[in-house]
Amino acid sequence: MKSLVVLAAMVSFLAACGDKPQTVGLRKSDTPAYTGTGTGFMVPGWKAGDKTAWEQQLKARQQNSQNDYSRMK
Amino acid sequence: MARMKFVCDAERCIECNGCVTACKNENEVPWGVNRRRVVTLNDGVPGEKSISVACMHCSDAPCMAVCPVNCFYRTDEGVVLHDKDVCIGCGYCAYACPFGAPQFPLEGIFGVRGKMDKCTFCAGGPETNGSQAEFEKYGRNRLAEGKLPACAEMCSTKALLAGDGDVVADILRNRVVQRGKGAEVWGWGTAYGSTKAGRAPDTGAKS
Repeated sequence: MKSLVVLAAMVSFLAACGDKPQTVGLRKSDTPAYTGTGTGFMVPGWKAGDKTAWEQQLKARQQNSQNDYSRMK
Repeated sequence: MARMKFVCDAERCIECNGCVTACKNENEVPWGVNRRRVVTLNDGVPGEKSISVACMHCSDAPCMAVCPVNCFYRTDEGVVLHDKDVCIGCGYCAYACPFGAPQFPLEGIFGVRGKMDKCTFCAGGPETNGSQAEFEKYGRNRLAEGKLPACAEMCSTKALLAGDGDVVADILRNRVVQRGKGAEVWGWGTAYGSTKAGRAPDTGAKS
């Protein structure tokens, strides 16, 4: 009987030494930007989901807003 | 489309910090974190130059290489982003980055470091585009709204250029040809690869 109690005590003590799993969470996948946000902040003139239209929109915006030489001519 | 790139034209930057303010406001960046900042070289010396610095979204990003939990990823447009739910705030990326881009907000007591925060090229992160969760963790997703990064769009002198790398290069090349100087663009070679990166300008080069 005494040995059983000692055994049970040892098992309970060892259980406290268990190591918790430390797996790192996996990185989530991102949605491409050309799919749009679906909010009212989207610039009109291109259709969400159309990658070519999105690229053209960004290029046009870049030329219009950043290339001041094209505006001076 | 080519990949997204940043460049700051040191011949035009007037150290107004408009880009810094635009970034802080647009992304509601937490106190103590500056995703973008303006650095002045040879401050006070005639001919001093100022440059706006943030994450350059490098072609071969050192932060991605050293991250022990692989929280970084690169979008199809070449924008280097990270997942804050995976980041453990170790700070390796901050040591690896040649531009000092990764920032760490202080959280809680005893100066405990929080999740890394950096420029996202206004492209958000791995949450639903335009969602509240994305905004709170990473800031606004302007690219998905058909816009360019707020810092570049707010730049009063158009010193800071952002967007498609080919268009950025075209705009800058035209400027250099027109004014005859400023071809040695700071940070371009380090971020996007160049055999001249880190070397002194060629003899006789205008800068």
